[in-house]
Formats: sequence, C-alpha cells, structure tokens
Amino acid sequence: MKLVTAVIKPIRVETVSKELEKAGFTGLSVSEIQGRGAQSGRTEYYRGQAFSVEFRTKMCIELLVPEADIDQAIDVIVAAARTGTDGEIGDGKVWVTPVERIVRVRTGELDEAAI
Amino acid sequence: MEPADIAWILSAFALVLLMFPGLAMLYGGMLNSRNVLNMVLMVLSSLAVTAVVYIVVGHGMVLGDSVGGAGIIGNPFEFSFFSSMMEDDGSGGPLWAAFYILFAGISIALVASGAAGRMKFGSWLVFVAIWVLLVYAPLGHWVFAFDNEEAGTIGGWMRNQLGLHDFAGGTAVHLNAGAAGLALALVLGRRSTLPGRPHNLPLMLVGVALICTGWMGFNGGTAGGANFLAQYVTLTSLLALAGGMLGFIFIEHFRDGHATMLGLGTGAIAGLVGITPAADAVGPVGALILGFVSSAAAAWAITWKRKHRIDDALDVFAIHGIAGITGALFAVFFANALAPAGITGIVFGGDINMLWRESLALLVTMVYSFGMTYAIAWTMNKIVPIRVSTEEEELGLDRSVHAETAYEGRGL
Repeated sequence: MKLVTAVIKPIRVETVSKELEKAGFTGLSVSEIQGRGAQSGRTEYYRGQAFSVEFRTKMCIELLVPEADIDQAIDVIVAAARTGTDGEIGDGKVWVTPVERIVRVRTGELDEAAI
Repeated sequence: MEPADIAWILSAFALVLLMFPGLAMLYGGMLNSRNVLNMVLMVLSSLAVTAVVYIVVGHGMVLGDSVGGAGIIGNPFEFSFFSSMMEDDGSGGPLWAAFYILFAGISIALVASGAAGRMKFGSWLVFVAIWVLLVYAPLGHWVFAFDNEEAGTIGGWMRNQLGLHDFAGGTAVHLNAGAAGLALALVLGRRSTLPGRPHNLPLMLVGVALICTGWMGFNGGTAGGANFLAQYVTLTSLLALAGGMLGFIFIEHFRDGHATMLGLGTGAIAGLVGITPAADAVGPVGALILGFVSSAAAAWAITWKRKHRIDDALDVFAIHGIAGITGALFAVFFANALAPAGITGIVFGGDINMLWRESLALLVTMVYSFGMTYAIAWTMNKIVPIRVSTEEEELGLDRSVHAETAYEGRGL
C-alpha cells in the first residue's frame, strides 16, 4: 500500500480527479496549499505599494493505492495535470510514500481491503 | 420645512448612514485578517460615542449661537438633551440634529485609519469623545454655523467673517479627518508587525460602493431641501467620482504599470472628497477635471507618505486631506460663475482675495486639527498608554482585544 501525493495546478484538479475516477481510483482527498517550487514569486501592487508574493497556491491530492496499481495511478495523474504542449514550469510533482496500515472505520477492514 | 424638503433630507439621512458600514468594510477589507473586526468596531463605535457627546453638548457647540458672538464655539447647552426638539416648530430641528450627528461621526470614524491594528479599544472610545468635543465641535462651528439675522444668532468665524466657501464640509470633515489621522498615527508609532496585503478586496469594494452611495446624500442633503441645488450637486458629485476613478488608475498605470481595482475604488472616494467643498461652485466639466486632479494628487501623496514611513495605515491624510485641499483650491481658480454658488474663479477674472481666504481656512483647519489631535493623543498616552502590547498586536486585535475572529482557522 502506498500513499500517492500530487501537488498540481489548481486549474487541473477537476481533470485529474475525473481521470482517476475513470481509471478506478475513486477515493481521494484534496486540499489547497501554499508553496514554492521552480516558479518564481510575483509582485502585486496595493495603492502603489509593491508586495512580493512568495508562495503560489497549488492543490494537493492524496490517495491510497494498492501496490499493483501505483504505476497506473502516477501515469493518469501526470497525464492529466500536465499543461501546455510539453508541460510548463509550475505543473507540480507527484511522489509516493509507503503506508504501514489502513483501517476502514465503518467495517474495521484492514490494509488493501480498506482502500 | 416643506414636506418635499423633509422627505428628501430624510432620504439623504438614510443614505449618509450607509457610509458607516461602508467605511467599516473599506477599512476592514484593506487590513490583514487579524484586525478586521477591531477596525469595524472602531468605525461603528465612532457613531455611538458621537451621539452621546451630541445629545449632551455637541450639537450646541457646533450649531448653537456663538458664545460671546466671537464665532469660536457655539453655546454648548443650547440643545442639551435635545429637549427643545420634542415639539414641532416647523424648522426641522430633529432631522438636522440626526443629520449632523452623522457628519461628526463619519469625521472621527475616518481618523481610525491612523490607529489601525494597534490602539486599545477603550482608549479609542475615550479619544473619540474628547476629539469630537475639542477638534470637531470648534471646526464644525467655524464652517457649518451660519449667521442668522432673523433669529439674531451668530455663527462661526470662518464661514461668516472670513467668507470661506465650503459647500459640504471639505474643511471640517475631510481635511480635519486627514490631519487628525496623521497626528494619531505619529503619536501611536508604526505597527510592529508586517502590515501584509489587504485581506479582502471585494469587501473593500462593497464598502466603497456604500460610501459613494452615501455621499450623494451627504452632498445632496447639504443642499438643504428638494431643490435645484440638490440636483446640481448630485450631478457634479457623480462627475467628480468618475474623474476620480480615472485619475487614480492613470497615475497607477504610469507608476506601477497596472491599473488596480483598489486604485479605482480609492480614486472614486478621492474624487468625491475633492468635490465636497466645491460641488455647487464648479461647472460639470470642471467637476470631472476636479475629480481627476484631486484623485491624482491623492495617489501621488500616498507614495510620498510611504517614503516618510508614517503609518497612516489606510491613507486618510492622502485621500481626505490632500484630495480635499486640491478640490478646494481647484474651485478657487476654476469656479464657474454660472454654477449655483455664483463664484467666478480667479482664472476667469474672479477676486484674487479668494485665494488667501481659502488658503487661510485650509491652513488653520489643518494646523488646528493636527495640533489638537496630537495633543489629545499625546496627553492620553502619558496618563495611560493607548497602544496595545506587542504580544497583543502580534496575535491580532480581533483575538487579543475582542476575543472573536473573522476567519477562524485562516491565519493569513
């Protein structure tokens, strides 16, 4: 069992979610996050005063995936999250971390049965 | 008063009342999310405390018969407890009392700009009461109290002896609030935390919209009735508002490279500030240009003020002070003799003496308001510090002073 975490552009969150659902990955969590990557910050002006905005808003998608489906999940996310023809700076990242135990609250099922 | 006049002033009163929630949203939206409710409280409590001062001595000090005929201050006890207003003598007394409470209240509410995010709330309430008594009441008397030969009463010196032309309170309300905000900011010192970006610009825009709507009642109601003057100043106010929007974004475009919504809204208000003393004195084209120039001057002054690192957080001095001075002086030079006030601007061959009369009134207003406000805040601060602790400031005044938050869980 793995936890797949994808940090992507907000504009692509619905596409990624739909493509994952089509591929059979139904459950996921989404949160809005602030952060910094290869993209530089930007400047905003308020009554002539310049503020540099250091962090960009991204969406973070997290889903639990059985060992066997990891590659497929990553491919779906990367294909759906990439913008432009060859991708652009700021499209985000996907990473995978091991999960020790999963319990479904309703039934008490364990691990892959609980995904 | 004629029924039509009463109906219009009642409506104008309701419009002006909208300026309070409007200012609360404009100021609140421009601060960070930790000090919004404190700012809303400061603005709204201004009206509450002003009403208390007014019912005791305030209304008399502003509109009462001048003490000793000197034109300095009205008789404080002339309208005490508004007991003279319980019978209809046909003069519209209760209506004007209500209307003028709003004028005084909005003046001190504007001053909250200089105290944003760092003043004790209790100190603010005391400050409001003292300020209305010592700063607004004399200035209001000088400008708003006309000599009345029929009743045999004497009004304020600026209006009657000096012959100041100030249609709806460019001096007593706006320049006064601007200078006072600056003085309060200097006594309090800068905020110790980073001010951050405005946390809610749409909220700020709703505030601007309410203020602009209210302003039509402010200027239109000052016409005194349902008459041509009310029509005329409504038109010139709208034109100045339009010119103001353009003036601010014009400066922004060349200075920062972007026109902003905050700038457009700020410009609308600066344009209205500019037209307030001169709404009856300039022609329609003049009103448009006046709004543009006043707003551009405010946009420039905001940059100037930052260089001097004065923490007048919401720019009341630039927007209400500088734009107010610009509008008043614009009228001195470009007043249109065909407008209801019938004043000929200096450029069109008018009396050159207007220049020193208006300049003197502006200077006295600014110096008196700044000096007296500084003295009040400084003295209060010596007795009991009026600034919150650094810890309270870092936590945000919403939580540390009022024990409530606007946006729980979002520590922006």
